[in-house]
Amino acid sequence: MTRLTPIIVLLFFASVPWWLTDQYLLHTLITTGIFILAAMSLNLLLGYTGQLSLGHVAFFGIGAYTSALTALGFDVELFGLFRVVHEPWPPVLGLLFGTLVAALCGFVIGKLSFRVRGAYFVIVTISFAEVTRLVSLNWVELTQGPLALPGIPPLTIGFPGLGYMTLWEKTENYYVVLAFIVLAYILIKRLVNSRFGRAMIALKGNESLATSVGIDVTRYLVIAAIVSAGMAGCAGALYAHYIQIIDPMIFMFLNTVTMVIMVITGGKGTLAGPLVGGLIFGLAPVVLRSYVGPEIQWILYGLLMIVVVFVLPQGIVPAIEQWFNRTKAEPLREPSVAGKGERA
Amino acid sequence: MLEIRNIVCRYGKVTALKGISLTVPQNKLVALIGANGAGKSTTLRSISGLVPPVSGQILFKGEDITRASPARILSLGIAHCPEGRRVFPHMTVAENLAMGSYLRRDRAAVETDLERTFEQFPRLAERRRQVAGTLSGGEQQMLAIGRAMMSRPSLILFDEPSLGLAPNIVERTFEIICGIRDSGTTVLMVEQNAYSALEMCDYAYLLETGSMALEGPGEQMISNPHVREAYLGGGMAHSH
Repeated sequence: MTRLTPIIVLLFFASVPWWLTDQYLLHTLITTGIFILAAMSLNLLLGYTGQLSLGHVAFFGIGAYTSALTALGFDVELFGLFRVVHEPWPPVLGLLFGTLVAALCGFVIGKLSFRVRGAYFVIVTISFAEVTRLVSLNWVELTQGPLALPGIPPLTIGFPGLGYMTLWEKTENYYVVLAFIVLAYILIKRLVNSRFGRAMIALKGNESLATSVGIDVTRYLVIAAIVSAGMAGCAGALYAHYIQIIDPMIFMFLNTVTMVIMVITGGKGTLAGPLVGGLIFGLAPVVLRSYVGPEIQWILYGLLMIVVVFVLPQGIVPAIEQWFNRTKAEPLREPSVAGKGERA
Repeated sequence: MLEIRNIVCRYGKVTALKGISLTVPQNKLVALIGANGAGKSTTLRSISGLVPPVSGQILFKGEDITRASPARILSLGIAHCPEGRRVFPHMTVAENLAMGSYLRRDRAAVETDLERTFEQFPRLAERRRQVAGTLSGGEQQMLAIGRAMMSRPSLILFDEPSLGLAPNIVERTFEIICGIRDSGTTVLMVEQNAYSALEMCDYAYLLETGSMALEGPGEQMISNPHVREAYLGGGMAHSH
C-alpha cells in the first residue's frame, strides 16, 4: 500500500502505553509481540523459501535457555569427566549468546536437511524440537528439568556514559520488544529486496532453471535457516528475561503451531503478514475470554482460523493488497491480454 | 571448445548415459538427436553441472569441469536453455533477463546487454514489465534465449528449443539459433525434430538408449539409411 502505512502503524503502537491502562492487556501485547518476532522468523523460511519448519519452537527454546543460563550461571559435570562452571553474566550477553547458539543450530539443521528439502526438512525440524525438549526435561543438572529455571534476571540496557536501565516495568519491556520487531522487519525487508530475495523468488518459480542461471540453492537456504533460527532464538531470549521463568513446556508443539497459524493467516511471504496474523491470533484468546467460557473460546479460535483460511487462502495481507490495488486501478484499467491471436 | 570423454550418468540405479563422448568445435552448431529417453537432456544437464557424471571427463576450453558447480560452469561461459518450463513465471520480462546475468558484477555492461536484447527482440521490449508467465509460448522462448545470452556465454546449450511451439515460431527459433552461431557463439542443441536439426547443424551426433550410435556432418546424417529409417519417417523427410 502506501509508503507511510508502516510508519503510521509504528506510531500507533508506540503510543499504546500512553493510553492503555490495563496492565494485563499490555502484558498480552508484549508476549504477543515476542511471538510475532518468532513468526516473522518462521515467515522468512516458510514464506520466502517455501520450507516448512515444524520445529521452529526449538530455536525459540534454545535461545531462551541459552540466555537464561548465561545470565544465571551453571555448574555441570560433563560425562562424569570434568566440571564446567559458569559464573552469571549480564543478561544482554545472554540475549546475544541465545541468538548466536540458535543461529548455529539453524546452520547445522539447514546443512543436514537442505540437500533433500521438502518433507525431509519438516521431519528433521520436528525431530530436532522433540530432542531439545527431551534434553531440557532430562538434563536436570543444567536445566532443572520440570522444576523450571526461576529467577531469570530482566535485561539491562544502556550505553556506556548514557546510563543503564533494568527492564522491571511492563512499559519498558513493551518498547524493547517493539524495537526488536522493527529491527527484524527492516532486516527481513532488506534481505528479500536483495539478490537473496530475487534468488528465492526464482527458486520458487522454477528450481532447475534457478540452478542453471547460477543460483547456489542450498547455500541460500542455509543462510535463510541461520537468520531465521537466530531471530527465533532472540525472541526466545526476550521471552525468558521478560517472564523470568522458563520450563520445558516452552518446547511444546503448540507453540510452533501458533507461529505457523500467525504466518499462514496473515499471509506467508509478505512483510506484514506475521504482524497482522500475530496480532489477531495472539490477542484473540484474551479478547474472547472476557466474553465466553474457556471451552467456547478455543472453539471460536478454531472457527476464526478456518474462516480466514477458507475465505482468504492467500492470507489477510495479500487479500487487502489485492483489494486495495483493484479499487485504485479500476478507472484506468486496460485490456491486459493483448496479442492473444499469435499464441504459439 | 567442449570435449566430453566417456561420461556415465545415473539417476539412482538407472544408467542414463553409458559412456558417451562428443566434441563441440568453436563457432560450430552441433546437434544431438535421438528418441525420447535416449539421454539427450541428461547430456546437457551433465555439461552444465546439474547432473554430475559418475565417471568420465568433461573439458571446456581445456579446463576440467566434470565436478564443477553449475554456478562455476556458467561463469566459465556455458549457458543452458532448459526444455519445457523455460522462464521464471512470477517475474517480469525484465527481471527474467536480469536473472540471466545473476553472476555478473559488471553492472554497466549488463545494462548495455539488456538494451541490446530488447533491440534484438522488440516484442520483449514491449512487454518489459509484463509477468513472464502470461507470455505466449513463442515469446517465452525468445525470453529464454535472451536470458541465456545475458550471461555472455561462449557456448550455449539448447534443450528441445522447438518443443511445444507452433510451426512458424519453431522456424523463427531455429533462425535465431543459427544467428547466434553466426555471431560467434558456439551452440550445442538437443532436438527431437531430427530433420530440421540435421539440416541446420554443422555436425551431429545420434544418441540411442544412452550410447552414441552415429555421428557425422548434418547432410551426411540425413542421407544415412538408419537415420532415415528410424528418425526421418522412412525416407520421406518432413520438417514438422
